[in-house]
Amino acid sequence: MKLEARDVTFYYRGRKKAPVLEHFSISISSGERVGLKAPSGRGKTTLCRLLAGYERPAAGEVLLDGRQIRKYRGVCPVQMVWQHPETVADPLLTLGRTLNEAGAVEERLMDALHIEPGWLTRYPSELSGGELQRFCLARALHPAVRFLLCDEISAMLDLVTQAQIWNFLMEEAKERGLGLLVVSHDDALLEKVCTRVETMPWQT
Amino acid sequence: MRGEKQYSENRRQSTILFLIAAAVILAAVTVSGILLEERGMETDFSRTNLIPSVQYLFGTDWMGRDMLARTLAGLSLSIRIGLLTAVVSAGTALVLGTAAAVLGKKADAVISWCIDLVMGIPHILLVMLISIACGRGFAGVVAGVSLSHWPSLARVIRGEVLQLKSAPYILAAEKLGVSRFDIIRRHMAPHILPQFLTGMILLFPHAILHEASVTFLGFGLSSEQPAIGVILSESMRYLTTGKWWLALFPGLALVLTVILFAMLGERLRRLLDPASAHE
Repeated sequence: MKLEARDVTFYYRGRKKAPVLEHFSISISSGERVGLKAPSGRGKTTLCRLLAGYERPAAGEVLLDGRQIRKYRGVCPVQMVWQHPETVADPLLTLGRTLNEAGAVEERLMDALHIEPGWLTRYPSELSGGELQRFCLARALHPAVRFLLCDEISAMLDLVTQAQIWNFLMEEAKERGLGLLVVSHDDALLEKVCTRVETMPWQT
Repeated sequence: MRGEKQYSENRRQSTILFLIAAAVILAAVTVSGILLEERGMETDFSRTNLIPSVQYLFGTDWMGRDMLARTLAGLSLSIRIGLLTAVVSAGTALVLGTAAAVLGKKADAVISWCIDLVMGIPHILLVMLISIACGRGFAGVVAGVSLSHWPSLARVIRGEVLQLKSAPYILAAEKLGVSRFDIIRRHMAPHILPQFLTGMILLFPHAILHEASVTFLGFGLSSEQPAIGVILSESMRYLTTGKWWLALFPGLALVLTVILFAMLGERLRRLLDPASAHE
């Protein structure tokens, strides 16, 4: 499978004169792990949102196997893991209820990500950022998912947890033939994890 | 185990006790008012203008009517009108607020304009005009009060729905294939319900006060109905002759009822608002 952004232009509402992305193209195939780097504020997160179908490009297309990503119904095969996990879980629901919304999560994932069963009866504010991030990963790795967009997912984690998460993700990606987009400021990490690294263009 | 004891008497429990007590008092006033309505209209010229005594706690008026019965009947009518209008305006606010947030830019512009328009006219003036247009009486007051009190709550709900619509956890749930209905039921309703409930309860005191004032001014309920506004405006004529009890007790009762409702809403808000729920 192939996820691609073709000649995408995007601007936020009311900012037509300062588009975040202009005629940008990128493509990721299954099994590829693409790194993405750029200074802050150049549209990395925006690109992830476009690729995951959260936003509609002003021009150009975002396609998964030739079909527009926003047309997919049910569990979207492209999932994004957000930089701030605390915003992605409903504060009024226990994590167990949030986790099981899209069907039960495999036991294997829970073990591999060291998610303790006790967490599932808690509310998001009762977990730390790192714990929540692992929880979000488990949720995003739904069986139907083919591409995972990791937007700075390890920036707030300690080094040991970072290493654990990336080892796990690399194995999981190899096993399932997932395509990964890895956004990070950490060159060493990108070099270690990715099969190729892209740099976003920007005007000086 | 002192600490545990203190913990068990927390604010949540005391608030719930207060809520129950307030609800019981208000319900008792409403029911007794309905039962006493006949007695409040009874005239007896052998007992006119009596000062408050054990037999007539609130005294009697110039037609020998028992002021306690009249006050209770008036309060009861006010509470019933308040309930009805608060439910109608809160319902309107919910529908319009959600519509503004969900139906797109044009609907939002139209509804927001309406909110600004209604908010821009002084409440009492609007209530009077609508009440007159609807032929005064019960229907006029209900229409007037409920058509003028929805904008602020509608604006709150619009903002809340807009914010929820773009909340990452709702976007993420959508992408995980959670159905629209489930998103509304599980993610949106629990966030909006507290705002809606407190908004509705805090509408009561406004509604009751506006009902009483518009009736007092003569644009509301007709004078044969034992409404607080009617009682107060009639007693004005007798105040100068020293019959203070005619205005004092009904006025006090009205203020107490309004305060009770306002406290109820405020406590409920503190209990339901996530920002203060765990204090």
